[in-house]
Amino acid sequence: MVIEANQTYYQALNEAIRACPDTEVIVDRVLGQRYLGCGSSGRRFTLRGTPGNGLGQYLNGSTIEVYGNCQEAVGDTMNDGDIIVHGNCGDACGYGMRGGSIFIEGNVGYRAGIHMKSYLDKSPLLVVGGVAGSFLGEYQAGGTIVVLGLDGTSEPLAGNFCGMGMYGGKIFLRGDRIPVLPRRLILQEASPEDREELRPILERFCRCFHRDLAEVSNAPFHVITPDSANPYKQLYAPY
Amino acid sequence: MAVRFLYPEFEVVRNQDRCVACRACERQCANEVHRYDPELGCMVADESKCVNCHRCVSLCPTRALKIVKTDHAFRENGNWTGKAITEVYRQAETGGVLLSSMGNPEPYPIYWDKLLINASQVTNPSIDPLREPMETRTFLGKKPGGIQRDAQGRLINNQTPQLELSVPVMFSAMSYGSISYNAHASLARAAQALGTYYNTGEGGLHEDFYQYGPNTIVQVASGRFGVHKDFLEAGAAIEIKMGQGAKPGIGGHLPGQKVGPDISRTRMIPEGSDAISPAPHHDIYSIEDLRQLVFSLKEATEYKKPVIVKIAAVHNVAAIASGVARSGADIIAIDGYRGGTGAAPTRIRDSVGIPIELALAAVDQRLRDEGIRDQVSVVIGGSVRSSADLVKAIALGADAVYIATAALLALGCHLCRTCQTGRCNWGIATQRPDLVRRLNPDLGCQRLVNLVTAWDHELKEMMGGMGINSIEALRGNRLMLRGIGLNQKELDILGVKYAGE
Ligand code: SF4
Ligand code: SF4
Repeated sequence: MVIEANQTYYQALNEAIRACPDTEVIVDRVLGQRYLGCGSSGRRFTLRGTPGNGLGQYLNGSTIEVYGNCQEAVGDTMNDGDIIVHGNCGDACGYGMRGGSIFIEGNVGYRAGIHMKSYLDKSPLLVVGGVAGSFLGEYQAGGTIVVLGLDGTSEPLAGNFCGMGMYGGKIFLRGDRIPVLPRRLILQEASPEDREELRPILERFCRCFHRDLAEVSNAPFHVITPDSANPYKQLYAPY
Repeated sequence: MAVRFLYPEFEVVRNQDRCVACRACERQCANEVHRYDPELGCMVADESKCVNCHRCVSLCPTRALKIVKTDHAFRENGNWTGKAITEVYRQAETGGVLLSSMGNPEPYPIYWDKLLINASQVTNPSIDPLREPMETRTFLGKKPGGIQRDAQGRLINNQTPQLELSVPVMFSAMSYGSISYNAHASLARAAQALGTYYNTGEGGLHEDFYQYGPNTIVQVASGRFGVHKDFLEAGAAIEIKMGQGAKPGIGGHLPGQKVGPDISRTRMIPEGSDAISPAPHHDIYSIEDLRQLVFSLKEATEYKKPVIVKIAAVHNVAAIASGVARSGADIIAIDGYRGGTGAAPTRIRDSVGIPIELALAAVDQRLRDEGIRDQVSVVIGGSVRSSADLVKAIALGADAVYIATAALLALGCHLCRTCQTGRCNWGIATQRPDLVRRLNPDLGCQRLVNLVTAWDHELKEMMGGMGINSIEALRGNRLMLRGIGLNQKELDILGVKYAGE
C-alpha cells in the first residue's frame, strides 16, 4: 500500500501506518513527520522524502529504507531490524541501540552510536558511508560502528572525541583519515579476523547502495577498542 | 605496615556471660566481623568492619550483642569535625571519590517538621473515617481542560490515560541490581495488593515480574538499559528519569562485578560489564528534545500510557517543571535532596539539590500561576517518612508521593548506609544469593502492605479531623497548614501562614 504523507500531522500519519493491514508500506512525500516506524516489528517500510526526528525509534524488527535524508535520533534505542538511508542522517543516530543495523550512504551528525550496547546474540551495527561528526561512539558499550569515508573529501573520518568513554564494542575506520583519539582507546590495524568480521558488513553495504565491493574493501582498515570494560573501577573510595 | 589513621566508628559489645558461642553472628555478618577463636574459646570481633546494621544483634538468641558508637574522638573542633577529618584521611589514602548510599544524612532543616496540620473545632465538624466514607483514591495524569459534547449533546470522552491509585503512595524507582530480586518481588506484590504502583528503576524488568505489569511503572533513563518494546508495553506508565534527588546532574554506574547472569538478562547487557548511565540523556538537550522523547514513547505505546518525567529538586525547579509540563508529560515526579540511592558520590548527595518541601510548594505555585496545573499531576519523593509528611505534601500541592527508604525500612533495612558495598545483611541491597534469601518476599510484601495501610488509615484520620472527606479537597489546600519556627521567606515560599495567624 502507498500512503501519501504530504502535510499530514505525524500522529495521524503514524496512526494510518499502524492501521494499514499490509506488511509492506510505501510512504511518499514524507515531510518531516516524526517517529515513523517507531517500535514496529515484522514490517517493511519504504519512505521517500525527509522523515522527521525519531525515525525507527525503539524499532523492533522491521526494515525501513529511506530515499532521502534523515533528521535526528534515527534508530534511537532500537532493539532489532534494519534501517537503510540513501542520504545523510542528523545527530544522535543509533543512540542506545541494542540490536539491528543502520546503513547510511552519506554522512552522520554528532553523537552517532552513542552508548550502543550488545547483549547475547544481539549486536548492533552502524555503518556510515561518508564521515561522522563529533562524539562518535561515546560511551559505546558494545556492537560495531564502521566509518567508510567514501565522501571524496580529506576530512577526518570522525570529529572530535571519537569513542570518548567507550567501554565495549568496536569502531572500524576505513582509510588513513584517522581522527584524533582520546586516551584509553586502543587503535590497531585490522587483523585478518577483523577483516573476516568486516567482509559481510561491507558486502551488505555495497548491496544496499550498489557500490563496488573490491573498491570499498581495498583500503587499510583500523579498529578502535577500549582498554577496559570496567573503566571506573579505581574511581571510588567506599565509605 | 602503614600507620592506620582511622579508628573504627562502632564498637561491638558482647556480654560474655550471655554469649553461648553459637556462632550465629558469625554466619549472619557478611562483613565478617565475628569469628570464633578456638584458642580463647570464645567469640571475638573485628569492629573495624562493622557498619552497624543490627543483623547480628537481631539474630543473637541470647541477646548478648549490642553495637555502640565509639566514644573515641578527635580533639574537639567545631570546624574540623571528626567526620571532616576522617573523610580527608580516606581520600588521602585512596585518591578516590567518596561514595555513599541512602539519603542525605546531614542535619539540614526538615520542613515537614516545621509544618502543623489543622483540625476542625465547633464549626465544620470533623468526620470519623471508621463510620463514614473517605475518598483517598487518586488519579494521576492530565485533566481535560473542559467538557466536550458531540452534535447530539453526548459526552465525548476526552480523558487521557490515567494511573489509578487506591492510596496516594507509590514505591519509587529502585533498579533490580541496586536492590535484590526478593526486594523487587516484595514491592511488586505489595503494589498489586495495595492497588498502587512500584517502579523498575533503570534496570529493565525481570521476566518473572511482567505479571505485575498493571502495577508497574517502567523507567527509561539515559543508559536505556533493558528498554525495548515489550518492556514499554509491560508497564502501566513510563517514567523518563532526568534526575534523582540523591545525585542531581550525574549519571549512574553499576559496577561490573554486580552484573551477574540475572541482572545481565534484565538490563540486556553482557555479564561482568559495567552499566554506565550517562549524566544526561544524549538525545535531550532542551525541553523541545524532552518533548520529542515523551512523544516517541507515546507513539511506541499508541498513546495508551501516561508518561512521567522525573526530575531532581534543584534551584530552578519551578521553571524546569513548567517546561516539563509543556513537554507533553502527564505526570511530573520531583525528587528532593534527601532521596535515597544505592550509591552516589558523597559530596553530591550531601550538597546538591534543595528540600522537596520548598520545591513542591514552588512548583505547585508556578504551575497554578501559569494556569497549567491541570495539565500534569505532581508526585514527590525524597523523603516522605510518615503519613504526616504525606498529608503535608498533599496540602502543599502534591497529587501523590513516592516512597523508597520507608519501603526498604519496612523490608528490614536498618539504614546502615552501606548499600554500595553489595553486602546488605538484610538481603535488600545485595545480589549475593545467600544474603538475598534472607528476605522472604511473602513477609516483605505483608510488611509493605501493613505500612501503607496504616498510613492510609492515618491519612483518613487526619483528613477527617480537618472535616475533609475527599483527598481532592486536601490537595493544595495550604490553609490546612501552619508554619512553626520558619522565617518570613520560608513561609512565603511554602505559601503558609505562621501558627496563630
Ligand atoms: S556489620 Fe551488622 S551484622 Fe556485622 S557485626 Fe556489625 S551490626 Fe553485626
Ligand atoms: S538496604 Fe541494606 S545495606 Fe542499604 S542501608 Fe539498608 S540495611 Fe544497609
